[in-house]
Amino acid sequence: MAYLWRKLGFYAVALWAALTINFFIPRLIRGNPVDIILSRFQTRQPPPPEFRRTLEIMFGVSDDPLWIQYLAYLRHLATGDLGTSVLYYPAPVTTVIGQAMPWTLGLVSISLLITMGLGVGLGMVAGWRRGSWLDSLIPSTTFLAAIPYFWLALLLLFLLGGGLGWFPLNGAYDYAHVRMGFTGDFIGSVLYHGVLPALTLVISGVAGWLLGMRNMMVSTMAEDYVVMARAKGLRPRRVMIAYAARNAVLPSVTGFAITLGFFVGGQVATEVVFSYPGVGFALLQAVGSADYPLMQGLFLMISAAVLAANLLVDLLYGLIDPRVRKAG
Amino acid sequence: MTVVVSLAAPRDRLLGLPRSGKLVTGLVIVGFFALFAVIGPVLVGDPEALVAGRLESPSAQLWLGSTDTGQSVLAQLLHATRGSMLIGLVAGVLATAASLIVGVVGGYVGGWLDEAFSLLSNVTLVIPTLPLLIVVADYVEDSGPVTYALIISLISWAGPSRVIRSQVMSLRNRDYVDAARVSGEPGWRIMIFHILPNLTPVIASGFVWAVIGAILTESGLSALGLGGGSVTSWGGMLYFAQNGSALSLGAWWWFVPPGLCIAALGTGLSLINFSIDELMNPRLRKAAA
Amino acid sequence: MNDTVLSVRNLSVAYGQTRAVRDISFELGRGQVLGIAGESGCGKSTLAYAINRLLQPPGRTTSGEVVFHPQDGDPIDVLALDGEALRRFRWRRVAMVFQSAMNALNPVLSVRRQLHDVFTTHEPSMSKREREERSRELLNLVGIDPGRIGSYPHELSGGMRQRVLIAMAMALNPDVVVLDEPTTALDVVVQRDILEEIDRLREMFGFAVVFITHDLSLLLEISDQLAIMYGGRIVEYGTSKDTLLQPRHPYTVGLLNSFPSLRGERQALHGIPGSPPDLSKEVTGCSFAPRCPYAFEGCHKYEPELDSIQDSFVACLQYDRRLHPARPDRRLLERRFEYAEHEVTS
Repeated sequence: MAYLWRKLGFYAVALWAALTINFFIPRLIRGNPVDIILSRFQTRQPPPPEFRRTLEIMFGVSDDPLWIQYLAYLRHLATGDLGTSVLYYPAPVTTVIGQAMPWTLGLVSISLLITMGLGVGLGMVAGWRRGSWLDSLIPSTTFLAAIPYFWLALLLLFLLGGGLGWFPLNGAYDYAHVRMGFTGDFIGSVLYHGVLPALTLVISGVAGWLLGMRNMMVSTMAEDYVVMARAKGLRPRRVMIAYAARNAVLPSVTGFAITLGFFVGGQVATEVVFSYPGVGFALLQAVGSADYPLMQGLFLMISAAVLAANLLVDLLYGLIDPRVRKAG
Repeated sequence: MTVVVSLAAPRDRLLGLPRSGKLVTGLVIVGFFALFAVIGPVLVGDPEALVAGRLESPSAQLWLGSTDTGQSVLAQLLHATRGSMLIGLVAGVLATAASLIVGVVGGYVGGWLDEAFSLLSNVTLVIPTLPLLIVVADYVEDSGPVTYALIISLISWAGPSRVIRSQVMSLRNRDYVDAARVSGEPGWRIMIFHILPNLTPVIASGFVWAVIGAILTESGLSALGLGGGSVTSWGGMLYFAQNGSALSLGAWWWFVPPGLCIAALGTGLSLINFSIDELMNPRLRKAAA
Repeated sequence: MNDTVLSVRNLSVAYGQTRAVRDISFELGRGQVLGIAGESGCGKSTLAYAINRLLQPPGRTTSGEVVFHPQDGDPIDVLALDGEALRRFRWRRVAMVFQSAMNALNPVLSVRRQLHDVFTTHEPSMSKREREERSRELLNLVGIDPGRIGSYPHELSGGMRQRVLIAMAMALNPDVVVLDEPTTALDVVVQRDILEEIDRLREMFGFAVVFITHDLSLLLEISDQLAIMYGGRIVEYGTSKDTLLQPRHPYTVGLLNSFPSLRGERQALHGIPGSPPDLSKEVTGCSFAPRCPYAFEGCHKYEPELDSIQDSFVACLQYDRRLHPARPDRRLLERRFEYAEHEVTS
């Protein structure tokens, strides 16, 4: 139980840190961000004056002392007000994010689960059967693990999308012919369009998990408790899974934060290449148009999601490793 | 007690690491890239020079063809090699230095300082890197490569510092450290002369990881168009390739080489890291024939 | 009952080019205790692993045989077992208690699961309740409160973990229990308890014991037979009483003389100068010769074989009538009685 509270407390601190970083970033900018933003409205209908005021509060272009701005910022956050998007004016940032988030979440969660499942499973077998032909795959797996997401996305798009024409080139579903809804058509289209992006994430991600798990298996198999499990005459599968793998997988779980970090980066690159309308794609659009409110809102949401994922994994770790539970 | 018979005689070592195919391959790969980075740009001249027609495929004169503005892909590639490796190196050094300071001081001193440092590194770890970098990179206006290296290193120091910290904590209780403490040696001396030398494999491993991470992160950023515009890097080449419609026009010679270089260098560095792992954990070594 | 339950003949084990166990033979009587003593690196753990078929590459048995004699049924060639047959042989016939209990127990599984494991695998017909009952019984047997069955290894003390290992070894009522340094990681008081526990269980259930340790003093108490290992070979072998009162091999003498006697007069402590041989290097002659105070010329040329002297076996050229026709070195004869005298007279 103490473990649980500690973790919650830690993530509360991390969330606060993310909020605060978010608060300070625009104050790094030179020049007046509000003017920059408003200048984009020259050709369009000029926004109401409250918009300017909101922007000023958000970007610290005001005469209020810093801590008052901070409190105003926190207040806005607490009411769920992330401001109004510039690029998609007059849509509020929350709406834009709300539309993009599900695509990202869907793609990430499915890809991540497949990646982890495959990586841990294959790594377990590769480590268990050390000395077999599986070892010869190690160099190519190392190579796979070093492939940058962006490039792999380009490659897959080029070969499977363009060259062979097996898969669509962009989008989350067939915008032209299918409508959103719980129809088989829609779901089918979504899955079809999701293949290449998911493939990119999985191929590049699996290798890292595989290698990590394999090395840990090799290490763990030399432990006395695995030898003892064999000595007890237990079935090989039981030894491999309950004795070796269950211990070998632990570092992968503790290192989840780092791997998730890379995965999220890969997600952004993938969305950009495939024009997949998720938060990564939106982030880049926002950057391109100096849509600072949207940028900040996105960063915040992404951070919150990543923190939530990490918290979940940390709690999971508490379930699978009894040693941390009592230690608190 | 597992019965392990050590089979690594002095002749089986290369640079103090257990010699293996992995290590040799890794060093060769990294060596090649280092060579290209140093002398390549000198040999090919200005990467921005217009040397051919647009999007010409590779030929005897133009080994890697040309870009959509008629520039030599090969020339750009070699300059990019230097740029990427430089950033990787600088970021790696900075990140390692930072992780050392945090890890060693925190691990050795303990107490609230350690708690604070641990909190700092754990928070740094969980906050998503690329989004943060995207946002920061956009805000920080004039970004030369050094600024980039600095920003990237701000993110990648946290991982190695955790490993270093746990190592330091176990070293702290060794007898010779106790002896030094009791004989009145000041903390900083103990840290530098007694603890640091024993951290060498951990530091080396952390450094290699930091370089790999920096190169991947930098190329990711540049590929998205957020790189420091002045220095060509592999990621930057990918960005221009994508924007120059290399994909739809089938100009594979433009976008394949940069990514291939990233993967190849990453592989080489990883292989070296595996060798360091084998040094720290003899069980991973391949059974000698 | 003098029948043999386990016979080992000319067993040799190598790790790659290093010969870790060289030509070892012994017979273990049913219900008897064989103690195997030697310094670290002499090959005793390797021997235990080899007998239990637990060697991993690059370790492999290069020659010899290990035969298990069940009470009823045909002798089983242990080295020839494979796959299912080997799995079924394991634990039921020969069980092993490992050295470091913290490392021998799976940290993420409860004691209950690890005990149940044995039954789930070897006695599939047992119901869950029966498994639980039997597991608790086993814990009781070794002096652990059965209520702790749900604990995880890190929640138990060193002594308790060792007892759990012993309980686990008893689970299927094996004929032979091999103990590899079972008390090394424990403090002296707990060592005592564990030894007594093992002895008590042995009397209760009648299994034979192979007790491996570097601490000769433990063996002198509980073993029937004693084998002294050096450099991968057995250099002396006999009843423990014999070995104690009439040690013959210079190494044994050195070992015995290195124990300070708690009761006798004060004496200078003698260690054995030098260090154990590097098994990866081949040596001509006796492997103990470099450290032996009584070595003569022949010792560096010829490897001593285990010869029988009265009821014991010794591998030392001092007792070889052809190479050393005179009686063994007087100093050796004198020294060997030092220890015995102290123990006997005090």
